[in-house]
Amino acid sequence: MSQPVSHPDPTAAPRTSSEGPPSLIRATGLRKSFGDFEAVRGIDLDVPAGEAFGFLGPNGAGKSSTMRMIAAVSPPSAGELRILGLDPATHGPQIRARLGVCPQEDTLDTELSIRDNLVVYGRYFGLPRSECASRADELLRFFQLQEKARQKVESLSGGMKRRLTIARSLINQPDLLLLDEPTTGLDPQARHVLWDKLFRLKQQGVTLVLTTHYMDEAEQLCDRLVVMDKGEIVAEGSPLALIREHSTREVTELRFGVGQHESLAERIDDLAERVEVLPDRLLLYTDDGEETLARVHERGLEPAAVLVRRSTLEDVFLHLTGRTLVD
Amino acid sequence: MAVVTSGLAASAARSRWSPSWRMVLRNYLVHRRSKVFFLTGFLEPVLYLFSIGIGVGQLVEPFEFNGQLVGYAAFVAPGMLAASAMNGAVLDSTFSIYFKLKFEKLYDAVLATPMRTVDVARGEITWALLRGGVYSVGFLVVMLLMGLVDSWWAVLAVPATLLVGFAFSAVCMALTTFMRSWQDFDLVTLGVMPLFLFSATFFPITQYPGVLRWVVELTPLYRGVVLCRELTTGAVTWASAVSVVYLVAMGLIGLAVVSRRLGALLLR
Amino acid sequence: MTSVHVDPAPGRIERLNRQVDYWVTVYKRTWRGSVISSFLMPFLYVVAMGVLLGGLVDSGGASLDGAPSYLAYIAPGLVAAHAMQTAAGETMYPVLGAVKWNKTYLGMVATPLTPADIVTAHLGFVVFRVATACGAFLLVLGVFGLFTSVLGTVLAFFVQILIGLAFGTPLYAYSAGLKDPTPFAVIFRVLIMPLFLFSGAFFPVSNLPDAIEWLAWLSPLWHGVDLTRMLTLGTVDGPLALLHVVVLGTLAGVGYWWSIRRLTRRLMH
Repeated sequence: MSQPVSHPDPTAAPRTSSEGPPSLIRATGLRKSFGDFEAVRGIDLDVPAGEAFGFLGPNGAGKSSTMRMIAAVSPPSAGELRILGLDPATHGPQIRARLGVCPQEDTLDTELSIRDNLVVYGRYFGLPRSECASRADELLRFFQLQEKARQKVESLSGGMKRRLTIARSLINQPDLLLLDEPTTGLDPQARHVLWDKLFRLKQQGVTLVLTTHYMDEAEQLCDRLVVMDKGEIVAEGSPLALIREHSTREVTELRFGVGQHESLAERIDDLAERVEVLPDRLLLYTDDGEETLARVHERGLEPAAVLVRRSTLEDVFLHLTGRTLVD
Repeated sequence: MAVVTSGLAASAARSRWSPSWRMVLRNYLVHRRSKVFFLTGFLEPVLYLFSIGIGVGQLVEPFEFNGQLVGYAAFVAPGMLAASAMNGAVLDSTFSIYFKLKFEKLYDAVLATPMRTVDVARGEITWALLRGGVYSVGFLVVMLLMGLVDSWWAVLAVPATLLVGFAFSAVCMALTTFMRSWQDFDLVTLGVMPLFLFSATFFPITQYPGVLRWVVELTPLYRGVVLCRELTTGAVTWASAVSVVYLVAMGLIGLAVVSRRLGALLLR
Repeated sequence: MTSVHVDPAPGRIERLNRQVDYWVTVYKRTWRGSVISSFLMPFLYVVAMGVLLGGLVDSGGASLDGAPSYLAYIAPGLVAAHAMQTAAGETMYPVLGAVKWNKTYLGMVATPLTPADIVTAHLGFVVFRVATACGAFLLVLGVFGLFTSVLGTVLAFFVQILIGLAFGTPLYAYSAGLKDPTPFAVIFRVLIMPLFLFSGAFFPVSNLPDAIEWLAWLSPLWHGVDLTRMLTLGTVDGPLALLHVVVLGTLAGVGYWWSIRRLTRRLMH
């Protein structure tokens, strides 16, 4: 496998005067409102170079609005924002020259060929035609689209379109890659292919910032993440640290008959550190799921279905907000 | 079991109403929300009448048509009546059908019900005709107010425009089922514009030299224009019947093709 | 605090240059479809109205603003109307489509390009389309000897570009902020079509009732038609020609400013 994204030219790379990697995104008290609606309500961020950073939250949490501000296409309503050390209000074009953006909805030109999508896009960054062409071929190989190079976008599956969109966002060899819901709407197979590609990019040192409402995606890809809810950051840390801090090691899921969960919860709430009642099941938060299950059986309860599993970010979110991530 | 049989009985009772009316109802519900669009559709022929008929008409002397002396505006008006019937029918049966066929996937949904392809085709054409009919009546009223109607025969101009609409709807819908992409619709424009301009709409057919005149005589919009013109000026002849037969035959052939093609496209 | 090496922002010309390849590919995939509407339709109108209907028009006297024949009268009018229609066609659905359906603009604005760059390049394409369509039209009509002077015809060519921008920029601005395309059909029917029919392309606006004649003078297309006709017939009236240029130029300028404003709001909200 050839390396499609060579490391940025050293003279062009962010320079830092202090120790440690430079901060590519720094925000303080960042807000965004649309009329009366406040989509982002004062968040602080600091993303150093080389990190894979995630925004986890349900639809409408303010993730996409934040991403658009970081992409320098949406002026903040209040607060301070520096991308690559620059103010997006005054240096939008220069910032965008160093970003790769994979928007939530594909913005591919559906009537151009797959390769032309990359070449034409590279031209917007001022790359010479020959350079666009060679990078396009490299990226197509990396994302396993080279056999489709001459076909039109319409002939691609959803997963391939996402891969092409990400390939396109890498044409300028960005310092910072922004991915808004990169795998939403894809089937599990396509998601794993994409995760593999993103993981490789991360290993090559590309700074990734992504939003997702899939906790498995956040766990797979992110070194560090913030949990967003209603425009605010409700927790921050590595996936493991968040789970350790806001959940237990294991979870025992119990499913009983319809309408029984509420009343049964009272009978067993002393068996776990915490019990969550969902419409379709009970979640028992505990350090030893099997042990807890045995105690449930001792009380003479026979659930219709049982699952003992490790805690995930979904549980963190549920604990922090009282709601589930995917509605 | 009882539930099943009573369900069947109910659907049998309902089917006394032709199922194609359900298609018409659906289109009515959609268009009810775009009144401006509906109303402005009526404007086009009226504007042409005012511009060419009246504006340019002041530069043109009256001339003879089927032995009668006709003013230029009275000559152009029935031409616009027929041409707008064609335009409306073509729009409804090409772009809008193609959109429903390829993008909305409307007919896939409709045919998942007891509706048949022939119901869909008849329903769409009925809708196009109803809309066209309303426009025609409106236009005739405008003509009447401007003193451009010379005969009671003009009442029959409304069914005549419906016939034009039917003939073009059916044939164009049949052609639409063969379209592969939006690019192919340039061919529709390529067909419609010359018909609009050269079917003796704006000038008498005697302007054409020799053979060319006979070619134009054979084109469908010319048959519609001349039929409407004979009716509104009262210069009806036996030749009018030729136009009627021509348009009916054209419509029936189109309809037969549509039903077969829709079946082939949708019930694979 | 971190500091980053900053590339100087590329110049305006450079940013337009970067979009050339895009518009070339757009043209490559659409030119076939535009051949009929761009090059064939206007001639059908010339033949039907100018030649066949023109055969019935009494061309004697002052009824045709000094044109020797109805064909010579209607030809410049049809060219000007064609400039309007070509520009309108390129600034309604294509603009909304680039914002809403295929979202080409959203992809563009994620790069160093700004909304102003995007507007300018798109309008550059509109100018190209108007110039080729009207240029070819003028050329053929000129070869048939319908125009009095080469200089007049060349100037008329530039007037077509001005007409294209006078219509293209306001329509661009309007389209850039639209939510859905239904108003387009209405605009076509209540604006483009009436302007086409009543702006002196087919008959002198003095043939209209007085009240409507005033309205016709307000029509930007009338300014374009009259200016084109003066130049092709060699009947230039200096002050009036200047007024025409000012009206068209103002529309184009204000429309351009408004386009950038509306597209910026749409893309950078």
